[in-house]
Amino acid sequence: MTAVVTANGLTKRFKNSVALDGATFQIESGRIVGLIGPNGAGKTTALKAILGLTTFDGHLSVLGLDPRKDRDKLMEQVCFIADVAVLPRWLKVRDAVDFVANTHPRFDRAKCDAFLARTKLQPQQKVKQLSKGMIVQLHLALVMSIDAKLLVLDEPTLGLDILYRKQFYQSLLEDYFDEEKTILVTTHQVEEIEHILTDLMFIRDGKIVLDTDMDSLGERFSEVLVSAELAAAARQLNPLDERQVFGKSIFLFDNVSRPQLESLGEVRRPSIGDLFVATMKGTYA
Amino acid sequence: MKSFYWLVKREFWEHKGGFVTAPIVAGIIALVLNLMLLITTEVLGRRWAGVGKGDSFHTNFDGAFNGDNLVQAGAVLDMTLYGVTFLILGVMAIVVFFYCLGALYDDRRDRSILFWKSLPLSDTNTVLSKAASAVVVAPAIAVVTGVISGLLLMVVVAIFATFHGVPAWRLLMEAHPFRVVFTLLLLLPLYAIWALPTLGWLMLCSAWARSKPFLWAIALPIAAGIVVSWFGLMGLFNRGSGWFWANVVGRLLGSLVPGGWVGQNNELIIMHGHDDPASVLQSLDLAYHYSALANPSTWIGAIAGVAMIAGAIWFRRWRDDS
Repeated sequence: MTAVVTANGLTKRFKNSVALDGATFQIESGRIVGLIGPNGAGKTTALKAILGLTTFDGHLSVLGLDPRKDRDKLMEQVCFIADVAVLPRWLKVRDAVDFVANTHPRFDRAKCDAFLARTKLQPQQKVKQLSKGMIVQLHLALVMSIDAKLLVLDEPTLGLDILYRKQFYQSLLEDYFDEEKTILVTTHQVEEIEHILTDLMFIRDGKIVLDTDMDSLGERFSEVLVSAELAAAARQLNPLDERQVFGKSIFLFDNVSRPQLESLGEVRRPSIGDLFVATMKGTYA
Repeated sequence: MKSFYWLVKREFWEHKGGFVTAPIVAGIIALVLNLMLLITTEVLGRRWAGVGKGDSFHTNFDGAFNGDNLVQAGAVLDMTLYGVTFLILGVMAIVVFFYCLGALYDDRRDRSILFWKSLPLSDTNTVLSKAASAVVVAPAIAVVTGVISGLLLMVVVAIFATFHGVPAWRLLMEAHPFRVVFTLLLLLPLYAIWALPTLGWLMLCSAWARSKPFLWAIALPIAAGIVVSWFGLMGLFNRGSGWFWANVVGRLLGSLVPGGWVGQNNELIIMHGHDDPASVLQSLDLAYHYSALANPSTWIGAIAGVAMIAGAIWFRRWRDDS
């Protein structure tokens, strides 16, 4: 596997804050990577750096190119949906397709027409006449018809109802993703992308605090449902987190052997949401 | 090249209202107003003629048209064509002024810049496509609309002339619509060069301002002018502050005005006795217009404009506030 993105000591300072503080990570090709972090942790800044939209210090290589210098070339291989509803309001559906078809060398018009045929979008409609969900459908149809190596999604489903949200990720998986492509996605709705991710990165205060693939995540972290009498024993094992449910305690452990945990109670794989909350404890304090 | 064509087309989609509808509406208004004026003149003329001695109003026209007068009448028709076109170019100048201010700002405000930036389009091409829309596409559309409105007005005038015994065809044959259209089209490159300082300045403000580009674009040059005037009052500069207002503030903000180069350093000399319509038109020929290019200040302004457009491209690439 080859690295699509290699970041080394990625740093971005604003006047009175640090958005990225020496973030170091690597994204392999053919993966779906979730970049998860609390508000203000540097997610969007990291994505902007990858897309060549901002300056930064440190080393960053995207598909072998420096996004600061070779942005024009890079954008033929990289596509992004930054936030929902950034399509210009005056644009007609038909014109949007025409425009991308004629300016993007890797755009497949037939594909796009097929995607649009599955929606209620009409060619003569303007973006301002569309609902937020339909705008995202249009944007997604455009983006999925581009044969890009890297697709970056920044909160692509914010403010959409659950039908649109499910459909969004389902389309990506069924009609777009393959081993040649890489998707990097940030979102706060962690539960919804949990099952589609192959890799997970947590970012906090501009640093990558967790970088793992989903398989080893299950091996490394465990959640144990412990009854009250064994709680003290569980606390001895340095849990990451403890919470109470119906008189029992749920402990979250990092790298504790499985047999040892099974003696304490029922062991399960933690959800990303619980892991996230445990990892980010005290972020806003 | 293909991308550039589509970028210009995109500007056209977005600003069809300003680039096409506004000139057409201005043309229609010009036609209607002139028509009303002609009818008023007819009515008043007939009324006075009735009150006065006999049918002198009518006969005056009948008698007036000998060969030389027809030449003058043709020149007046040509001037009508120029006049209507310049009126519409004036409307276009206002449209383009605000277009330039919004060109690199509006999509940052509504964040649609993030969509455009997700496509493999260089910032240089994006900015240049907007510049070309402002000083090539918009003026060309305005000239076409202006010429059509002007021709319609000429026909109307000629029809009214037949009421006074002047055959419409004879009058129209004296006009030179093709020459006028040709001259106007050949003036478009000069217009583009002349407009560069304002174009560059407005686009620079549009790319740079975090908010209210209009205010910045207007306030900065005027504030600079006031400061210079104040120092001028203090006697620190040899040149009068009037020079600064005309050549810096004026050129930064006013160069979109059509024909702004007329009378700027290349004095238009209309000699007494040669102030009839045909002679005036003759002295306003292409050679006269293009003599503006012999003036170094035109080129200094153009270079400044190009530099400001380069600045706008830089800001377009690196301004990070979406």
